Amino acid sequence: MEQLKTIGRELAMGSQGGFGQSKEFLDLVKSIGEARSKAEEDRIVLSEIDILKRKLLEPDIPKRKMKEYIIRLVYIEMLGHDASFGYIHAVKMTHDDNLLLKRTGYLAVTLFLNEDHDLIILIVNTIQKDLRSDNYLVVCAALNAICRLINEETIPAVLPQVVDLLNHHKEAVRKKAIMALHRFHRKSPSSVSHLISNFRKRLCDNDPGVMGATLCPLFDLITEDVASYKDLVSSFVSILKQVTERRLPKSYDYHQMPAPFIQIKLLKIMALLGSGDKSASEIMYMVLGDLFKKCDSSTNIGNAILYECIRSISCIIPSPKLLEAAADAISKFLKSDSHNLKYMGIDGLGRLIKISPDIAEQHQLAVIDCLEDPDDTLKRKTFELLYKMTKSSNVEVIVDRMIDYMISINDNHYKTEIASRCVELAEQFAPSNQWFIQIMNKVFEHAGDLVNIKVAHNLMRLIAEGFGEDDDDADSKLRLSAVESYLQIMSEPKLPSLFLQVISWVLGEYGTADGKYSASYISGKLCDVADAYSSDETVKGYAVSALMKIYAFEIASGRKVDVLPECQSLIEELLASHSTDLQQRAYELQALLALDARAVESILPLDASCEDIEFDKDLSFLNGYIQQAIESGAQPYISERERSGMLETTDYHSQDHHEVPSHALRFEAYERPKPSSLRTQASTELVPLPEPSYYSEAHQPISTSSVSERESSEIKLRLDGVKQKWGRPSYQSSTSASSTPPQAANGTSSHPDVGVGSSSLKPRSSYESKKPEIYPEKQRLAASLFGGSSSSRSDRKSSSGGHKPAKGTASKPPKENPIPVQPPPDLLDFGEPTATSVTATDPFKELEGLMDSSSQDGGSTDVMGVLYSDAAPVTTTTSVDSLLSELSDSSKGNPGTYQSQTSKGPNSQEALEKDALVRQMGVNPTSQNPTLFKDLLG
Amino acid sequence: MIKAVMMMNTQGKPRLAKFYDFLPVEKQQELIRGVFSVLSSRPENVSNFLEIDSLFGPDSRLVYKHYATLYFVLVFDGSENELAMLDLIQVLVETLDKCFSNVCELDIVFNYSKMHTVLDEIVFGGQVLETRSDEVMKAVEEISK
Repeated sequence: MEQLKTIGRELAMGSQGGFGQSKEFLDLVKSIGEARSKAEEDRIVLSEIDILKRKLLEPDIPKRKMKEYIIRLVYIEMLGHDASFGYIHAVKMTHDDNLLLKRTGYLAVTLFLNEDHDLIILIVNTIQKDLRSDNYLVVCAALNAICRLINEETIPAVLPQVVDLLNHHKEAVRKKAIMALHRFHRKSPSSVSHLISNFRKRLCDNDPGVMGATLCPLFDLITEDVASYKDLVSSFVSILKQVTERRLPKSYDYHQMPAPFIQIKLLKIMALLGSGDKSASEIMYMVLGDLFKKCDSSTNIGNAILYECIRSISCIIPSPKLLEAAADAISKFLKSDSHNLKYMGIDGLGRLIKISPDIAEQHQLAVIDCLEDPDDTLKRKTFELLYKMTKSSNVEVIVDRMIDYMISINDNHYKTEIASRCVELAEQFAPSNQWFIQIMNKVFEHAGDLVNIKVAHNLMRLIAEGFGEDDDDADSKLRLSAVESYLQIMSEPKLPSLFLQVISWVLGEYGTADGKYSASYISGKLCDVADAYSSDETVKGYAVSALMKIYAFEIASGRKVDVLPECQSLIEELLASHSTDLQQRAYELQALLALDARAVESILPLDASCEDIEFDKDLSFLNGYIQQAIESGAQPYISERERSGMLETTDYHSQDHHEVPSHALRFEAYERPKPSSLRTQASTELVPLPEPSYYSEAHQPISTSSVSERESSEIKLRLDGVKQKWGRPSYQSSTSASSTPPQAANGTSSHPDVGVGSSSLKPRSSYESKKPEIYPEKQRLAASLFGGSSSSRSDRKSSSGGHKPAKGTASKPPKENPIPVQPPPDLLDFGEPTATSVTATDPFKELEGLMDSSSQDGGSTDVMGVLYSDAAPVTTTTSVDSLLSELSDSSKGNPGTYQSQTSKGPNSQEALEKDALVRQMGVNPTSQNPTLFKDLLG
Repeated sequence: MIKAVMMMNTQGKPRLAKFYDFLPVEKQQELIRGVFSVLSSRPENVSNFLEIDSLFGPDSRLVYKHYATLYFVLVFDGSENELAMLDLIQVLVETLDKCFSNVCELDIVFNYSKMHTVLDEIVFGGQVLETRSDEVMKAVEEISK
């Protein structure tokens, strides 16, 4: 049958004037039409592309043939294949004098090219010429093309001609010129801002079509700036009046409606102008009232105008009479059998409900019908209406309905939207806490991973804080009901990650709070979660932190803690985890289990997730220590500001010694690239063992350094700027990191990793657990700035002539990256000693010693100050590593210190000492954690 | 503003696609496929409207009409009226009917450039330019003279 039709069409093709296509094109289309699979279609198209590529290379292609090829190219591209090899031919065709060929060329380029394409420049000249053509059809073709091809830069090239065309004798040209100008305005308002008055002028054009076209740009302009068009209100109203009174030529009628598209545009403009403006609205009452009477509600277009009237009335300040008329029209829509009209009716209801809220009641049944309609579009529109009319009295029904619908659909985009609406309504109107938690459970269960993480944090906060009343009893009931519902839900398979996080957190905080459930029961459940979702590290992190809290509460209340075997194995597994965060948490948990009740209670007090944690930003508790250090010869802290000046001078001094290291930078950076993740892991994970051979290597170049001073100073000059820029922020960021915890304190912050615990331990633990978060980000930034993914370690190593820093570097944050690049290689030297010193049980003592030696060297030691600010928050942390990293960070962040050392020249004895220390350090310090912890906490 | 005009057959093969803001070919294909998969899952006798934010960004609506083997699709933003857009499809189809006397899918495929000419007379740069099919016919005839 189709075959027959095809033949018929082919025969008829001769009568299609210039639009006829060749046999080959028809064959192509036919064979594609008959292709049974996408693969077959692709094969056909690819062979067609081959044919076209060959044919386009032939010399002297007849123009008719060329036009045909170009149409085939367009067709190919519509099917999703690349036809860029033929673009240039389309561009060439726009230069042709023949109108049809020119149009084909323009058609092809408008479909092929975007406005920023390189080939556009070849067309602009043609367009300019065509805009001046005597043949209005050529002008129209050019106008059509500029809508798509002209960008902000090329607008000035054609603008004068387009403006001239606004007065063209042909209305078709005037219309298109207005549209083109409108398009320019959309693309770049500033380039045509001086021509806006032309739109007003054209509103009075003799031709209704041109006037109608002018309404499009005016609509945009009025949307942007209502106030400057208020004077046109009466003009628009009178135009609308004339249109409705059928003053326009009969040819503008469409389905017996006079110029309906113009009416709709006018109504839209009036809605803008009358919004919040009583006097403007009043001018419109008459004509709007007339429209309700005149509109033929039996045709689609008549209803379109009616709907537009309703819309306008809902925007302006309406009269009661108009509202009534609008309500009538809406009820007609809703009673109609057409789904389209019902849709418009529901939409209109949603608009009118803001003005007269009781209007919906008349249509209750109709609305319910729409809600149960099989038409998805209508259903969603109805939900939108319900969302707008939700009150505390109907919230339960509406949200229940929404959730049922949410469960039934697969469209994630809409699921997300409706889930967030449910949450919003539940938060706003919830009649009871129990209900709220139930609703949230459902939302999380069915749309968990689509829900904004903030929602989860809000829920946790709500459960922690209660509903604000000082009714502890109610709060604990709320928590109990949450815990109970979670314990029930947990057994279901495949819960979304976010929901599990909430569950773990709540169970950790309140699972054992009222004694109904035993610690071993809750901890068993938590282990199950961690087991069942072993690929989800965030959930595991939450589960481990929850376990820690459960045990902490047990210890604090003086009960003996029996760690379940499965918990024990979980902890052991996590101690060796690849995730720094998990490892950290596991170590903390392990350390905590070894502590006595008093210490535990102060670390993780019961139900303290909402308590504010105060920070001693001045670290005054370290005063005594500092005093001691200064007395024993340490240099006092030099503030950052003072130090920066000093830095430069030391830089300058130390320049001499760096030629060789800078060579090393080039070679070794490539030799030992470190994946960025490795470094962050290292901060809490294994401490890399120092490589002595490396070490000595590093020092050799320095001692023989004074060979080629030229080179080094040159390189240094370049890097100098970099260092200046980065040196300071790096220092600051370490301090700022220590002040971030307050936000994370209640474990409900937006940081996924933060929910460590609800206690005074938090500031520290969150501080630590945050590190991996901050660092990769910065590292990436640094990497992009420095053109490589090389970690700071490799950077530094190279700058120091292959000197590999010990632990310190491993945990060094990326923010330090820039510093290694700066000339002084000794930075590393310094980092190393710090690190090594920390391996001893008391890092401060070691540091002190270090400090002394450096000050003996005659350099300035800022370490004290750095320690003062940075090390303090870490002092009580369970993990030595982080402390190490802090220390080494800060010392590195302070180039002045180590520079002072270097400026004195490398000290071979010192180097040897360091080497020894580094060797010593081969012990994994984490094993010492508990001891340190005890020491620090007293 | 109108964002796109599409015609595709009931098997999902595009017959004409015009986007009023430039989109790379791959994106166009993705949208055509996306629109088709939504349309083909719609039951009979439901509304002709779709809110299609998920494909075309916020505040995108779609109006479609199903004629024999073809879907006519208009995608537009909130500054247009859904019912009026439905009538614009009607205008387009009426005009094509006049051009090809009883238009069918094959006419559209085989007269690719003429289709574009007709469409360009009706929708210009994303705005409705002309809704009188007689005028459109006149313009098209003049061009093809």
